[in-house]
Amino acid sequence: MTEFEPKIVAFVCNWCTYAGADLTGTSRIKYAQNVKIIRFPCTGRIDFMLLLKAFGEGADGIIVSGCHPNDCHYTSGNFHARRRWIMFRGLLDLLGIDVRRIQYSWVSAAEGAKWADVVNTTVTAIRELGPYTDYAKVANYLEKEANV
Amino acid sequence: MSKIGVFICHCGENISATVNCGKVAEVAGKLEGVAYSTDYKYMCSDPGQTIIKQMIKEKGLDGVVVAACSPRMHEPTFRKACSEAGLNPYLCEMANLREHCSWVHDKSDATTQKAIDIVRTLVEKVKHNKPLSTIKVPVTKKALVIGGGIAGIQASLDIANAGHQVVLVEKEPSIGGHMSQLSETFPTLDCSQCILTPRMVEVAQHPNITLMTYAELEKLDGFIGNFKATIRKKAKSIDEKLCTGCGLCTTKCPTKKIPSEFNEGLGFRTAIYVPFPQAVPNKPVIDKLNCQYYLKGKCKVCEKVCPTGAIRFDQEDELVELEVGAVVVATGFNIMTTSEFPEYGYGKYPDVITGLQFERLASASGPTLGEIRRPSDGKIPEKIVFIACAGSRDPAKGKPYCSKICCMYTAKHAMLYQHKVHHGESYVFYMDIRAAGKNYDEFTRRAIVEDKVNYLRGRVSKVYEENGKLIVKGVDTLLNAKPVEIEVDMVVLASAGVANPGSEELAQKMHISYDAYNFFSEAHPKLKPVETNTAGIYLAGACQAPKDIPETVAAASGAAAKVAILFSQNELSREPVVAVVNRSAPPLYSTCVGCFMCATACPYSAIGEEEIKDRKGNVIKKVAKVNPGLCQGCGTCVAFCRSKSIDLDGYTNEQMYSEVMALLNE
Ligand SMILES: Cc1cc2nc3c(=O)[nH]c(=O)nc-3n(C[C@H](O)[C@H](O)[C@H](O)COP(=O)(O)OP(=O)(O)OC[C@H]3O[C@@H](n4cnc5c(N)ncnc54)[C@H](O)[C@@H]3O)c2cc1C
Ligand code: SF4
Ligand code: SF4
Repeated sequence: MTEFEPKIVAFVCNWCTYAGADLTGTSRIKYAQNVKIIRFPCTGRIDFMLLLKAFGEGADGIIVSGCHPNDCHYTSGNFHARRRWIMFRGLLDLLGIDVRRIQYSWVSAAEGAKWADVVNTTVTAIRELGPYTDYAKVANYLEKEANV
Repeated sequence: MSKIGVFICHCGENISATVNCGKVAEVAGKLEGVAYSTDYKYMCSDPGQTIIKQMIKEKGLDGVVVAACSPRMHEPTFRKACSEAGLNPYLCEMANLREHCSWVHDKSDATTQKAIDIVRTLVEKVKHNKPLSTIKVPVTKKALVIGGGIAGIQASLDIANAGHQVVLVEKEPSIGGHMSQLSETFPTLDCSQCILTPRMVEVAQHPNITLMTYAELEKLDGFIGNFKATIRKKAKSIDEKLCTGCGLCTTKCPTKKIPSEFNEGLGFRTAIYVPFPQAVPNKPVIDKLNCQYYLKGKCKVCEKVCPTGAIRFDQEDELVELEVGAVVVATGFNIMTTSEFPEYGYGKYPDVITGLQFERLASASGPTLGEIRRPSDGKIPEKIVFIACAGSRDPAKGKPYCSKICCMYTAKHAMLYQHKVHHGESYVFYMDIRAAGKNYDEFTRRAIVEDKVNYLRGRVSKVYEENGKLIVKGVDTLLNAKPVEIEVDMVVLASAGVANPGSEELAQKMHISYDAYNFFSEAHPKLKPVETNTAGIYLAGACQAPKDIPETVAAASGAAAKVAILFSQNELSREPVVAVVNRSAPPLYSTCVGCFMCATACPYSAIGEEEIKDRKGNVIKKVAKVNPGLCQGCGTCVAFCRSKSIDLDGYTNEQMYSEVMALLNE
């Protein structure tokens, strides 16, 4: 049997983590192919329903990453995101999604090596957790409760 | 049905070496809504852009995806090409196949598959893009320069000479920075003060420059062309208008034993002081932490002797608000102190000094009037050791980088020593001699050949004191790592250049990035060396990385040129990535329920209220309204809105949801 290749979506901000991931590339640091990036202006823009949507569409894991506290390009977007993330974790419990499927991290524009690290650790962690199979439940929730 | 064009770039071989570009183009061509797809060696080249333009016209494309490098690199290039072909530039998106795929994965089918996934995601996004038009904002033609070393001085003079107003803010009582502390400068050995002081005076007298010394940035808001800066002018405890700079107070002040910062602790100053004789402005400040009056409530000698009655003990810090269009950061650098080197005595041996302290000893205006005398007993050292790379290129010290200036100033120091102490013997321990620069290698050669400085290749493992002498233990790697032990009178550490303490907080105040060593980050390591990632904020000099004077001045003039370019426009075009609250036909008008959650979340207070009135002028509803001049496009409001009434152009809910779905569904 071939190894389980998890599908992982990364929601990152333009100024820190996207630029950091660019630096990983410029520095030619290799990492796992499983993670694909979606660019947001700021982690503050990330509507966490989008994360549920990703699970509903078959993601096995998610990375959310932006600027370190105090480094936000827009002053405080990342603080808002963090506060929302804490509330969102409660909802995950309710829906039976293991929080370990979501990696919440900070990667700055200078941390190319750290981005590779975040990707690789997340891939390993999700491999251990196995595929996410409950997507029907999430899709159902989104349709009924959140109107998405 | 959309007509999207997909253009896959090989980037020479940067992408095609690991991604099968032909395959990506082929698969992309079959995606729903894609009318044309191709791959080409250099999409950003002239012929590459021509292909895009031609296809837009020929196929009537209504959206373009260029799959190439990072959008942070070439998004403006391709958007411009599209607009030249008559397509709204915001209908063009980039898929990052280089930095996020080909450079980080080995060649394999999986890598090509990832490239296909990325392209498909952006194709789906672009289907939901709307034509947008750039937003015009006015430019305040006044610059703020932070830091008054040679970098800040040069940048201020250049901007002022281009005809614009400059406010130069310096945290110390005088401008001049480290260059004012230097004795002579490599590679010409001309006197530092002699070339610097005329420029300092020019700054003070320039009609376009407002100088604020003893002042620091408190807060910075706003954006390119429209910053609001708050400056804290620390209380100097003197009335600058009345003070004539006679200096009587400084001769009479009884608190005389404060280690002088300017002399790197090798001399003393009084509590009311001018840091050095050529200071600009040449007016004293009272150091409140050391003044007898502030400490004990008694003294006021300066007040009694001041002929113009300029002393003001009740003066308080003042906050000044400025509107500026651009900011130049020129806060410079620092060096590691002897106390950071346990192997060289933790700073407890007075005759182990730093390079900057040596500059003060060698300087005619220094505590020894330019004679090289050791701090412990004032004797002239007969034998001296210079240790290069003290801290630099040493991962154990957390400084794996080369400080760049030390090889040169160490050669300078050894030369100055030999010129001043003719019978003296000098040794330099070095790892490599890095003297790249015009006339630089010749300079270090001169030290070795003409001035007979003994260069030993190897590291010094330990310095300790024995019978009034310093024992330097090291190895000579050119002699088969033979251990060497030299008994000397003085040791000079060419200690690593480091970021100023407080750099991190300053960067955070301005929202610019900084690197792992707290030096400020340039926007691009090669092509944007004086820009930061925040538009309108530029870097000059050693605050970006250790630099010598010529490099510092070049960077400062570069930053000034960027400011002058910015100020050559009356209006700026800004990315139309702004939030919008939806509007619809009556009776709904908008799905906004007027909770104003968005307004509380917005970091820029860009969201206000709009009253919706009926024909008679009665208010029916209050809804949120975004001021596009203030909105910076972070999108925080969007994630907050429960009724999904506010959306961010360029990153709409529709766009983001379709990206997620496309990414996960082949
Ligand atoms: C021992 C030694 C010898 C050297 N010899 C030579 C030489 O011979 N030739 C040569 O070309 N180069 C030499 N250099 C390098 C030279 O000193 C630097 O190139 C130059 O000083 C860099 O100028 P700068 O303006 O960028 O920074 P700095 O000189 O460090 O000036 C920065 C200024 O900003 C101010 N500042 C800092 N933080 C703030 C803040 N938050 N707010 C407001 N103001 C602030 C500081 O007080 C200072 O005035 C030598 C360096 C050393 C250490
Ligand atoms: S009041 Fe302070 S500054 Fe003035 S003379 Fe006394 S100690 Fe010096
Ligand atoms: S996107 Fe929203 S929260 Fe961000 S600046 Fe604009 S109005 Fe404010």
